Amino acid sequence: MVPIAWYLLLAALLFAIGTVGALTRRNGITIFLSIELMLNSVNLTLVSYSRLLDDRTGQLVVFFVLAVAAAEAAVGLALFIAVYRHRRTIDLDRVNLLRW
Amino acid sequence: MIEVAIFAIFAALALASALVVVLHRNPVYSTMSLVVTLISLAVLFVLLGAPFIAALQVLIYTGAIVVLFLFVVMLLNIGREEIGEQRGLVQKGAAVVGAGALLVIVGLSYMEGYGGAELAPLDEELVSLTGLAAELFGRYLLTFELVGLLLLVAVIAATVLAARERPAVPTVGRDLATAATLEPGEDGLVSERPDDEGDLAGSAGVAGGAG
Repeated sequence: MVPIAWYLLLAALLFAIGTVGALTRRNGITIFLSIELMLNSVNLTLVSYSRLLDDRTGQLVVFFVLAVAAAEAAVGLALFIAVYRHRRTIDLDRVNLLRW
Repeated sequence: MIEVAIFAIFAALALASALVVVLHRNPVYSTMSLVVTLISLAVLFVLLGAPFIAALQVLIYTGAIVVLFLFVVMLLNIGREEIGEQRGLVQKGAAVVGAGALLVIVGLSYMEGYGGAELAPLDEELVSLTGLAAELFGRYLLTFELVGLLLLVAVIAATVLAARERPAVPTVGRDLATAATLEPGEDGLVSERPDDEGDLAGSAGVAGGAG
């Protein structure tokens, strides 16, 4: 039987990797992929707690997280397409119209 | 014992492919290794007694979301040359230090709280799809409907955002403005600047004619 702390630690590691990716990359798509990674590590945490506490709620929350992630991906990628059409790049350091 | 082996294999696979997602310079490779991460996590979900979530993970995440990513990456044709340099060393260091601190804090709290937690044997009730569905369409019915609404809004938003801008439909006012710009000035030449005096006179004449 694998201790639940291992799952939680794995989730924390994945979250940390995703954080580093979201903060250090400049390509918009890669940043977006890192955010998906962070979302998934949270899903792993939720399912682990669902197993530990023997409660189904964690799995249900994961279901909703999946749906919201799908919506987020659709809107985000549409934004990237719109940005690319105007700026010919999705390097987020060069998409700085709103920067003061 | 076999459970520990499966956990070790797929946890290592998930970590390695997550590193590739973050570190690889080509977004296509990043996207494909995200698929590996997601499927490894799906295996771990099965180990944790959530086979339905594992199936959803494979169907929705790798089947729909990642394909959407791949589609956009290839549509925009973001090759290697489009990828900028990584950020400066200071920002990179700060990100790594911050994520490391987060990891230490969270990991220590997990160890403190659950380091020795003994798992109860897997309950059939937790795995049952019927129970999940009953709760989803019972206690969480409103949330479920709201998520449906959210998806509808997202689809509309994505369509509006990504739609190509149509050529402007000529309206009556716009036609007049175009005609006014091309109206010959008093010197018989087509004025090039809209603020040209002859142009103003011409547009006034057109406006008067239209009125």
